[in-house]
Amino acid sequence: MEEMLKIKNLYISVEGKKVLEDINFSLGYGEIAVLFGPNGAGKTTFIMSLMGFPKYKIEKGKIIFKGVDVTHMDVSERAKLGMGLSFQKPPVVRGVSLRKLLMIIGNGKTEQEILEYAEKLNLTSHLDRDVNDGFSGGEIKRAELLQLLMQKPELVFIDEPESGVDLENIVLIGEMTNQLLGRGQRIKDPKKSAIIITHTGYILDYINADKGYILLNGKLQCKGNPRDILSEIKKNGYKRCFTCQ
Amino acid sequence: MPVSKNYLKQIKDKAKKAIDKQAIYGEDIDLRQFQKLIERGKIESLDLLPELAKEAALMAGVDVEEKERLGSYVQIDHSVVYKKLSKLYEGKVELMSISEAVESYDWLENYFWRIVQPDTDKYTAQVALNPTHGYFIRILPGQKLDYPLQTCLMIAEGYISQNVHNIVIVEEGAELHIITGCTLSKSDAVGIHLGISEFYIKKGGKLFFTMIHNWAENFYVRPRTAVMVEEDGLYVNNYALLKPVKSIQSFPTVYLKGDRASARFNTVIYGLKDSYIDLGSKIVFEGKETKGESLTRSISDHKSVIYSRGDLIAKTQDYCMGRLDCRGIIFSKDASIYTIPQLISHGADKADLSHEASIGPISEEQVEYLMSRGMTKDEATSLITTGFLNLDIPFLPQIIDKHIKEVIQITAKESL
Repeated sequence: MEEMLKIKNLYISVEGKKVLEDINFSLGYGEIAVLFGPNGAGKTTFIMSLMGFPKYKIEKGKIIFKGVDVTHMDVSERAKLGMGLSFQKPPVVRGVSLRKLLMIIGNGKTEQEILEYAEKLNLTSHLDRDVNDGFSGGEIKRAELLQLLMQKPELVFIDEPESGVDLENIVLIGEMTNQLLGRGQRIKDPKKSAIIITHTGYILDYINADKGYILLNGKLQCKGNPRDILSEIKKNGYKRCFTCQ
Repeated sequence: MPVSKNYLKQIKDKAKKAIDKQAIYGEDIDLRQFQKLIERGKIESLDLLPELAKEAALMAGVDVEEKERLGSYVQIDHSVVYKKLSKLYEGKVELMSISEAVESYDWLENYFWRIVQPDTDKYTAQVALNPTHGYFIRILPGQKLDYPLQTCLMIAEGYISQNVHNIVIVEEGAELHIITGCTLSKSDAVGIHLGISEFYIKKGGKLFFTMIHNWAENFYVRPRTAVMVEEDGLYVNNYALLKPVKSIQSFPTVYLKGDRASARFNTVIYGLKDSYIDLGSKIVFEGKETKGESLTRSISDHKSVIYSRGDLIAKTQDYCMGRLDCRGIIFSKDASIYTIPQLISHGADKADLSHEASIGPISEEQVEYLMSRGMTKDEATSLITTGFLNLDIPFLPQIIDKHIKEVIQITAKESL
C-alpha cells in the first residue's frame, strides 16, 4: 500500500524530558491505525508532535507526509498540507463564535454545509456560542468533529474520541468520524487516513480500523489487529507488553 | 427665553478660580499653547465634507449617507458645520448646538453645569470660560426612535483647543441611541479636545451612547462626563479607542439616583505607539435595587501605557449590585497596563459589589489551536485579539456593533 505517512527514527522531548524514542511508523492512504497505551505512555505526545506543536520538540528523526518532509514545518503549514487534529481538551476562544471559526476554516463559502453538519452533530444551538466555552465533554468532541468536517483533512489525528461522552453520543461520533474519513458514504474516499487514540476501545464498534499499536514507555510495539490487541488489553491489561519489552 | 445672565456669570466666576487647577489624574497640560480660533463654513450635506474629513468621519462611525440615522450634528474645530434632523422625527427629538439651547431655553439652567462642575479642574474651567459649542439633544417623553442620532466632533487644524459642552436629556419613557465619533482629519495636528458631557435620563428612559475615539499621536483629550439616571432608567455607554493618542484622561461618573436605575459601561481600548491612556468609569449607587456593570478590555502594544480604572460606590441602604470586569493583554515588552478597580461602600450593608481583573499575554495554546485549523500565526493572533475585544454588547444596534467589530478587526490587523 502506498504510504501517506512515514516516520523514521523519531525522538521527541517535552520540556527537556525524553518522551518518545526511536519511533518508526507508517500509514497507507485510506488506512486507520489505533493507538493504545496506558496513561502517560506518550500517545498524545505522538499525535501532537506529528501535527507540529512546538512544545513537542523533535530531537531526531523525520516525518514524511504525502512524500513531503514536514519535520520542520509549523502547525499551520501541516494543516494546510492536509493534517488535522481533534483535541482532547481544546482551549476556549472567547469572543469568537463557533460559526465564525467554521466560516474561516471553510473559507467563507460554506454556510449551508456548516448548517447541515451542525444539525447532524446536534450543534446548531452552539454555533453562536464562543468556541468551546461551557461545552460539555460530548459537545467538545462533536465541535471538534464539526471543525474537521469543514477543514477536510486527509490525515486525521483523533485523541480519545470517547472520553467524557455518553453512549448515545459515541454512536453519533462514530458515524460522523466515518463520514469524515469518507467511510460512511456510498462513494468512499479511500485516500483519507487516521490515527485514533483510545483507552476504552468503544470507538472500534463504529470504526473499522485496519491496524493497532501499543505505545508503552515512549516506544511503539505490538503492532497487530486492533480488536485482538483490545481483547488482550481487556483481559490482561498491559502486563504482557511489559514482559514483551 | 435664554438661560439667565446671572447663572451664566456664576458659572464663569467659579471657572475663573479653577483656571490653573490641575486634574487629579493624567499629566498636566499647558492650555496656553492652544490659542487658535478656527471658524468653518456650513455645508449642505455630509457628502460635501472635504475628503480627509469625510474619511475621518467614516472611521469614527459616522454614516455620511445618513441612511440609517435620524439626524446628524457635525462640528469641525470651532464651528457647527452641519446639523440636520430627518423630517420624520421633528417634534419627537430636538437637536441643536448648546449655544442655541442656552439662548433658547431658560430651563436649561437645571441641566447646564449641574452634574459636572465648572471648577472641577482647569479643563472644565476652560470650557466654561471659552466655550466652542457642543450639542444639545432632547428626546421627548415616550418617544422610541428606529435609528440612532449621530454626532461628530472633528479637529482639522493644529494648535486649537476644542471646548465643547454636550447635554442630552432623555425624557420619561423615551429611548435614544447616539453614536458619537470624535476624530482628527489632520493626523499630525497638535491640539486638545475638551468635552463636557451632562446626560440626564428621566424615569423609565433609556440612553445607549456609543463613542468612537480616533485621535492621533500629538493630540490631547480630556473629556469630563457625568450621567444622572432616574427611576427605572438605563444608561449604556459603549466606548472604543482604537487609534494612537498623545494622552487621554477621562473618568465618567454615572449617578444611579432613582430606584432600579441601571448602567453599563463597555469599554474597548487598544493602546498603540506612545499613547498614554487613563480611562475609567465610576458608578454611584444611590437608589434601591440599582445595578451597574463595567466591562473593559484593553490591549497595550508598542510603548503605550493604559490605566484602566473602575469605581463602584454604594450609598444606598437597600440592595444594589455592581460588577467590574477589567481584562488586559500586553503585546509588547515596552507596554504597560494598570488596572485599578475600587469597591467602596458607604454604610451600604446590602450592597453586592464585585470585581474581576486580569492581565496576561495572548494565549499560545489558543494560537496553536487555530493554527492547527490552517490559519497562519498572524491570522490566529488577529482572530483571538478581535475576539478578546468583542464584548458582545447587549442592546447594541446591529449597525453599530458591526462597525465597532470592523474597526477592531482593521486595527488588530494593522497592529500585527
